[in-house]
Amino acid sequence: MPEQTVRVASAHGLHARPASLFTQAVGKAGIAVQLAKGGKTVNAASILGVISLGIDHNDEVTITAEEGDGAEALLAELTGILTTDHDAS
Amino acid sequence: MADTSELHGVGIGRGLTFGPVLRMPEPLPEPLDIPSGLGSDVEKEHATAALASTAALIRLRGERAGGTAKDVLEAQAFMAEDPTLSDDIIARIDTGKTAERAVFEAFANFRDLLLGMGGYMSERATDLDDVSQRVVAQLRGVPVPGVPDPDYRFVLFARDLAPADTALLDLDKVIALVTSDGGPTSHTAILAREKSIVAIVGAAGAMGTPDDSVVIVDAAAGLVTVSPSKEQLEAVAAEIEQRAAQVPVPVGPGALADGTPVPLLANLGSAEGAAEAVELGAEGVGLFRTEFLFLDSTKAPTVEEQQKHYTKLLAAFPGKKVVVRALDAGADKPLSFLNAAAEENPALGLRGLRALRANEQILRDQLQALANAAAVTEAEVWVMAPMVSTVEETRYFTRVAREAGLQTAGVMVEVPSSALLADRILADADFASIGTNDLTQYTLAADRLLGSVAAFQDPWHPAVLRLIGEVGRAGHTLGKPVGVCGEAAADPLLAVVLVGLGVTSLSMSPAALAGVRAELTRFTLAQAQEFAVIALAANGANEARAAVLAAASPSNTNPKEKVE
Repeated sequence: MPEQTVRVASAHGLHARPASLFTQAVGKAGIAVQLAKGGKTVNAASILGVISLGIDHNDEVTITAEEGDGAEALLAELTGILTTDHDAS
Repeated sequence: MADTSELHGVGIGRGLTFGPVLRMPEPLPEPLDIPSGLGSDVEKEHATAALASTAALIRLRGERAGGTAKDVLEAQAFMAEDPTLSDDIIARIDTGKTAERAVFEAFANFRDLLLGMGGYMSERATDLDDVSQRVVAQLRGVPVPGVPDPDYRFVLFARDLAPADTALLDLDKVIALVTSDGGPTSHTAILAREKSIVAIVGAAGAMGTPDDSVVIVDAAAGLVTVSPSKEQLEAVAAEIEQRAAQVPVPVGPGALADGTPVPLLANLGSAEGAAEAVELGAEGVGLFRTEFLFLDSTKAPTVEEQQKHYTKLLAAFPGKKVVVRALDAGADKPLSFLNAAAEENPALGLRGLRALRANEQILRDQLQALANAAAVTEAEVWVMAPMVSTVEETRYFTRVAREAGLQTAGVMVEVPSSALLADRILADADFASIGTNDLTQYTLAADRLLGSVAAFQDPWHPAVLRLIGEVGRAGHTLGKPVGVCGEAAADPLLAVVLVGLGVTSLSMSPAALAGVRAELTRFTLAQAQEFAVIALAANGANEARAAVLAAASPSNTNPKEKVE
């Protein structure tokens, strides 16, 4: 399955706004995606699941997408979201 | 037709209106943990349907509300649709629970998780509670708790409003607010001032008024008339029409009827509100709160990050005064990196300047960022320390501020000890700014966040006014400015009393500027001083307010005649 490990760039980690951008992107794509940090895995379309991982700036997380059309493109998009600093204004 | 009756409370502003009552429903009781009688398949169907329709309803409200409320509601809709949450609910139903109970428990579980994460996340916990109540109401087939949303304009009656409720008030529909609890510094009162809503708070017995009764809400008199007579309604309608026809006081510098200038400044919480404040005639900023730069953060922002934001703010006020308050953490707004230890009495703990002093680098960085921003902009920058309680603290802060290159350094007077020793404090500080909300809390020993003692939280109290008078007198003797930046400054009539007590500038939320500006033009300095004497002679807050209101009523005053 397509998988990608990235470091989170947002200065304050994956809190409300970046987390909702991330989960919305997953929701729109309609592909099952898992997000894992430190051995804990959650449904990446779930904002509460993503928030509950308590992801901080510079944490390493792994995104895994279900095999299928558009999975690679989605991974690239999600990687983009995670490696952008959404707290920089 | 029902008999006419009256409710008395504290009016916010001077508005007058009438309309039908709608009461805010009571929060739903916790669903009982009893075994399901319907079977898990039916319960799951109910839960799934209730979640989906709640999400759809919330989204619909968001579309109607627009703006920031839309974003908040969109996030709430996502919570109702959240797959982790629905998995959790299904798992709980599988153990034999009812849909209501499973929904309640699953939401509560995530709420506790968010609360445990602290900071910004814990503020989202209220959103989860709100969604949970909506889903449970849907499952029970009862009205959704929260602000009613009919298709006509109404007067909202509530015990008190939570921030989450007020954020979503449809101001085209809610023509007035009446609360049975809460005082003049409650969240409801602050919102009413900000949005210029006719409001009366602390009207005991208000929740006994049936829905759809007609009421007259007269904020200036602090009076709600329930089921008024036809004559009363006609008189009010005529009065409203007459007030609407009056020419508003043009936007300009604040001044009394005799020309005594009283600069009117804005309280701002971020640089974003600057343009609006200028438009509404703010002559500068009397309180710039810097907490938002630090909230939602596990460490203090860098000097560069802060400098960028301060520069943006200062650039909006070339040639004007901008009073920046150093980080005020603790009590109601703890910051993880500043307030490490849990305290039993945070309001009396390591907060304000005390917390900064314990983390001096954070203070020095902030002052440096501010000095750097001041150097590249045209604003006249003043800086002040929060929660100063001794002369020694005053000397400490002014020294550190001056070392950072800031010329004008002052203190906030929020603690009675500072007010009582204002002559000594102002000998060193360049100015004082009175924070009336905390000063009232500390003078009356009443937690301002505690509803049960909200009635004590009234800045009209003569003990508070006497302390303000001490500061005003010290400022006058030493030729140092004394401002007020608490909610008291936004109460038009109290603002006049404050000027009478020796206060030289008033700072408030920008929406309150027009009301205060108009009120100041009605009276001379001599009258303001006379009102101060009347208020100080009262035995309590309500008595002070009533006495000044009577002295200030048009039948008792006419500035033009008094000048002679």
